[in-house]
Amino acid sequence: MNEHQAESLEPLAPKTSAERREFLKLAGASLALAGASACTRQPLEKIYPYARRPENLVPGRPLYFATAMPWTSGALGLLVESHMGRPTKVEGNPDHPASLGATDVFAQASVLDLYDPQRSQVVSQAGRIRTFEAFGEALQTALAAEATRAGAGLRILTEPVTSPSLAAQLRQVLAKYPRAVWHQWESAHRDAERNGLLLAMGQDLAVRYRFDRARVIVSLAADVLGPGPGSVLAARQLTQGRQAFGPGGQRLIVLESALTLTGAKADRRVALNGPALARVAGAIALRLGVKVPNFTAGPDELALAHEIADELSAARGECVVVAGQGAPAELHALVAVVNQALGAAQKTLSYGPLPVVEPAECTTSLQQLMAALGAGSVETLIILGGNPIASAPADVDLAQAMTKVPMSVHLGLEVDETASACTWHVPMAHFLEAWGDARAFDGTESIIQPLIAPLYDGKSALELAAMLAGASSTRGYDLVRAHWSARLSKDPAAFEASWRQALHDGWVGGTSQAAQVVQASPARIDLTKLATPSSGMTLQFTTDAATYDGRFASNAWLQECPRPLTKLVWDNALHMSSADAERAGVGTGDLVQVEVGTRKLELPVWIQPGQADGVWSISLGYGREHAPAGFRAESLRSLVAPWMAPVKAWSKVGRKHALITTQEHALTEGRDLVRVLRGKDHKEEAHGAAGGAHGAHADTSMYPPFPNLTSNSKQGYAWGMSIDLDRCTGCNACVVACQSENNIPVVGKEQVAVGREMHWIRIDRYFEGQADAPEVHFQPLTCMHCEAAPCEVVCPVGATVHSDEGLNDMVYNRCVGTRYCSNNCPYKVRRFNFLLYSDFKSESKKAQRNPDVSVRSRGVMEKCTYCVQRINAARIEAKKAGRPIQDGEVTTACQQVCPAQAIQFGDINDPNSAVSKAKAREHEYALLAELNVRPRTTYGPKVKAVPASEASPH
Amino acid sequence: MDNLAERVKRASLADTQFTRSVIGPGHTHSTVTDKISSIVLERGTPKGWWIGLFVASFGVSILIASIGYLLARGVGVWGINVPVGWGFAIINLVWWIGIGHAGTLISAILLLLRQEWRTSINRFAEAMTLFAVCCAGIFPLLHVGRPWLAYWLLPYPNTMGTWPQFRSPLEWDVFAISTYATVSLLFWYVGLIPDLATMRDRATSPALKVIYGIGAMGWRGAARHWERYETAYLLLAGLATPLVVSVHTVVSYDFAVSVIPGWHATIFPPYFVAGAIYSGFAMVLTLAIPIRAFYGLKDFITARHLENMAKVILATGLIVAYGYAMEAFFAWYSANPYEKGMFVQRTSGPYGNAYWALILCNVLIPQLLWLRKVRATPWMLFAIALVVNVGMWLERYVIVITLHRDFLPSSWGRYTPTIWDWGLYLGTIGLFFFLLLLFVRFLPMISIFEMRTLVPKSQRLQQRLEEFEDGTSEP
Repeated sequence: MNEHQAESLEPLAPKTSAERREFLKLAGASLALAGASACTRQPLEKIYPYARRPENLVPGRPLYFATAMPWTSGALGLLVESHMGRPTKVEGNPDHPASLGATDVFAQASVLDLYDPQRSQVVSQAGRIRTFEAFGEALQTALAAEATRAGAGLRILTEPVTSPSLAAQLRQVLAKYPRAVWHQWESAHRDAERNGLLLAMGQDLAVRYRFDRARVIVSLAADVLGPGPGSVLAARQLTQGRQAFGPGGQRLIVLESALTLTGAKADRRVALNGPALARVAGAIALRLGVKVPNFTAGPDELALAHEIADELSAARGECVVVAGQGAPAELHALVAVVNQALGAAQKTLSYGPLPVVEPAECTTSLQQLMAALGAGSVETLIILGGNPIASAPADVDLAQAMTKVPMSVHLGLEVDETASACTWHVPMAHFLEAWGDARAFDGTESIIQPLIAPLYDGKSALELAAMLAGASSTRGYDLVRAHWSARLSKDPAAFEASWRQALHDGWVGGTSQAAQVVQASPARIDLTKLATPSSGMTLQFTTDAATYDGRFASNAWLQECPRPLTKLVWDNALHMSSADAERAGVGTGDLVQVEVGTRKLELPVWIQPGQADGVWSISLGYGREHAPAGFRAESLRSLVAPWMAPVKAWSKVGRKHALITTQEHALTEGRDLVRVLRGKDHKEEAHGAAGGAHGAHADTSMYPPFPNLTSNSKQGYAWGMSIDLDRCTGCNACVVACQSENNIPVVGKEQVAVGREMHWIRIDRYFEGQADAPEVHFQPLTCMHCEAAPCEVVCPVGATVHSDEGLNDMVYNRCVGTRYCSNNCPYKVRRFNFLLYSDFKSESKKAQRNPDVSVRSRGVMEKCTYCVQRINAARIEAKKAGRPIQDGEVTTACQQVCPAQAIQFGDINDPNSAVSKAKAREHEYALLAELNVRPRTTYGPKVKAVPASEASPH
Repeated sequence: MDNLAERVKRASLADTQFTRSVIGPGHTHSTVTDKISSIVLERGTPKGWWIGLFVASFGVSILIASIGYLLARGVGVWGINVPVGWGFAIINLVWWIGIGHAGTLISAILLLLRQEWRTSINRFAEAMTLFAVCCAGIFPLLHVGRPWLAYWLLPYPNTMGTWPQFRSPLEWDVFAISTYATVSLLFWYVGLIPDLATMRDRATSPALKVIYGIGAMGWRGAARHWERYETAYLLLAGLATPLVVSVHTVVSYDFAVSVIPGWHATIFPPYFVAGAIYSGFAMVLTLAIPIRAFYGLKDFITARHLENMAKVILATGLIVAYGYAMEAFFAWYSANPYEKGMFVQRTSGPYGNAYWALILCNVLIPQLLWLRKVRATPWMLFAIALVVNVGMWLERYVIVITLHRDFLPSSWGRYTPTIWDWGLYLGTIGLFFFLLLLFVRFLPMISIFEMRTLVPKSQRLQQRLEEFEDGTSEP
């Protein structure tokens, strides 16, 4: 207790006996009055004291539940943090094969979808609010009519289903209504991959990669690190490969048209247009002894192909070739044959069944639905999830076709285009609030357990399917249990045990599906059509880093999360190479009208380094009516050419569109910011102009070293961080994880435009070298927690101060907002609440917030805290157990989510901690070390791998 | 031929003598008093004054609206961001504080140096100082994110047991600026006392008599009063003198103490002080030239005053130019890539135009003052003074905006002031003129009693000139 408190307590103590009597009198009177008032005002409703608390529920302490996020390409296992029954933060499930403890950016942002105030909240019929019972009656009437004609008029449209219980329900619907049809469609479908493997192997298969076992990885426009849950495992495997083979021991070669995250990570990247890519792929195959009929390639292409093929064959059995989602089926087939020739099977890749329970070709499925709608034979259309009207290509006018359907039902999270086109809309339960199950890429099945009761009485697809099937119970819980009791055990006790185990673990034991040994046959592959050069521009469609295929279009965290390669927010754009832009006479932001087939769309130009000449690309998933950001690229897309289409004509519009980016300058200006180890032995460091000044001079300060770091008093914790740039893939998961953990507000496009984004961790992206073949660097930047922090000395009120453990603490309550600290921060990682950015009004947003972190108001500075709330939580546990905090007990949000395990955090006073070991690595460096601010965050350099033939042995 | 040459020589000599005098010919003690006090007491309110006040009031309304909107929404209504955390507010703070400097310099340093010519402009320059500090003071209060907590910068005992952080230059600013405002106010007021007594004595309206009487604090012009007055005034001058140097030195520390390239420079304190005097004198000229024309005060603010001020502007302008040159030199000589990068950005980056405009306004155009013709032509001086005012504002703009490109190219940004930035700036200009107009209307804008002390000398000079004209004496 300090003096002030002592003084302030004194006058309250009774001084004389008379005063004490006075006090007792008063106290008695108030007691009597309190009693009297209680007699008169007793509430009628019954209240219950919190006498018997639910098991394990301690106020203030979060619980973690295993669940899974469904994806059509395979679910991602999650652990979700729940505060008093409110899911607030998503983490990866370390035991789940697709997650291994990490997640992607979409899983991180999914918690915001749950609490989105704009979610659909009521059942509606033609825009009017109805009860769910009214919907039930209408549905039963429609189904009764269908029953008379064996369901001839019943159509169900879903996304490809990876939920075994949902598929089982739908099969029952089909059994009950034999003439009903179940269609599956998603915008970013994998038809080509599936068809290619069908072509090569003769059966439905999915490829499972083991990049951790590959010395040489060749990607043919395959964005394995790009949007989608597969990136989580791919990034982890690359990290493991780098660990296994040593620095520079793993070489990633990427041939692609549009720059992707995988291309950015490549040790060698060549920008090629589609036909050239096919020719190089063919030449690689030829060189490796695979017969490819009717094939020619240019001399440059041959040379490139031979170099790559030679690298591959030198690493036979330790190499893999990957073809991209957008590659044609023939290329996928060719790659399967090449991989077989390279002995990759069972080593660096394996084949297994698709995670989709009932695989179907989305393209034909949607065509069939359109044909049926056109013929007017559809009486009842049930759309379970998704927004097919917005995601369908332009040549599929689903909205128009649906006008003829008497009863159309949309189950969705939002009142979107599809909801408005259907006669009925039912709010869908988010996966965090509904029971379900889902398969991962390798068949491992997870039971999705809800973290919270549906906020708006939403229904899951499973529950609606059960209504269609006429199941006795339509409760998700009963349905999932019923499905699993049939599969796990008939014995109730044994079932209960394995059910609990599955819920606890987040996956059901024994469900992963073994790899299959299959033979690829090369005979049927013809590349002629693919390899023929096209004249004119090609428009390429890609999935998006923020919206994926549009399903996250209304998620503000994702919209405001800078796209990894462009740092654009709240927009998509037409990417083109600088040479193409120069030829076209356009610059960034200029609107051009692009004509594909008979369709036209105005798109803003973005000049993207690394983009292949002759290929323009645009990402899907924007321009939604309920989330009006960006441009709806789907309106140029056709069903038969979903990924590449020739541009028929284009013209300048003469107007500009404001494309907003969080990083305006992409070059390092020769400064020593991102170090790259190059050369044969990976020892040469890349120095910029600042090279002469590089290296910390920790001992050249007139001030003593940081107290608890001095050698004779190494006591207490000294928190520090190390970020390995060689592992970072720039995926942004840390950015949104931090946003979710630390209650970081969204500011909107206009505020980002004036430089006021609030992210506590940002990923700097630099281009180096030529604009047509750039090297791309990612560098995550958090608050560096400098030991000699420049921000601290300049704060006039002492609102930012140093803790004795080396944290640069920000005292929000004390901050008056001079912004001097931000000005004086060499890393510019501080963020200021220029306006009232935090949403204090929306009820649902209140539930979403992490109760361990303050919500900042207007006029206050904020920044990365090294997740001090997590440090303190670990401290409390350690103190209770009477031991010091163990290494690994504190993980920051960014560290925990990182699929590549690029971030290490811990006590640098402990020489055995992971972070100390990381910092002890030979080339570990501090950013702007020459300023002598002694940052606690340091970086491991990137390593640029050279071909194995050139590398000297380690 | 001889005759003609002699006449020309005589004429030019006479001209020189006239221009060098600090008070016009033919003035006696009573004419000086009459002339200055009549502006306030007898001549009534000219129409031009009303027009001026109307325009200034409009500016004050803009100020009020800008402050109101700012307080309602937050500092985000301005163009500031990360990396440019400071914008117009700090630019204008430094600009206004700089303008104030001339007043203190004229009053205190020139007094101590016994520069008589200061007499007719000191009152007016001090008032300018005071009003400029008023305008300046608005900015640091409003630029913080939570202005209602700005008092936390003051060291006062409180139950939270907290204290300001004295290592911060902003904390030094609190003391530097508040001391400066206090001393400036005292100095100005003490200097006014004998004149307030004169006003009291000459006022005809009883109300004015009372008001001026209160202000005069019972001044009777006794020898003892004068003796004490002289002592107090000298002491205050002594106190104010270091402030001329210290205030802008401390303001420059806001930049110099930081680590930001382009800010972290040892040249900043002297170059800021010189810049402050430079802009202050330019502002005195900007105000004095129209006022002396409007109120017919050419006898009191003579050509010699204008020329002397022009010389000060030329000298301080050269110091400022040296500062710019040193920034460029050290960008190269330090071999520091960030410093060099800063200079490249400053001169050829997105705000390069502002830098070259500043060089034009502060370095090139003022070189015209080397020409005597320019120094002797009031409209030219007025134009150059305006240019210097703009130039000095641009200098602060360029310095503050240096933030837009610092160490990491990834965090480089832009700064675009909004309508509310301009609103507050124009508002303070309105406030400045509003206060100044009230001052010239209600208080003697030239120190009457000090002017009277110049009369005997002027009369002697006049006599000698007349004798010389009559050929009875050689100059």
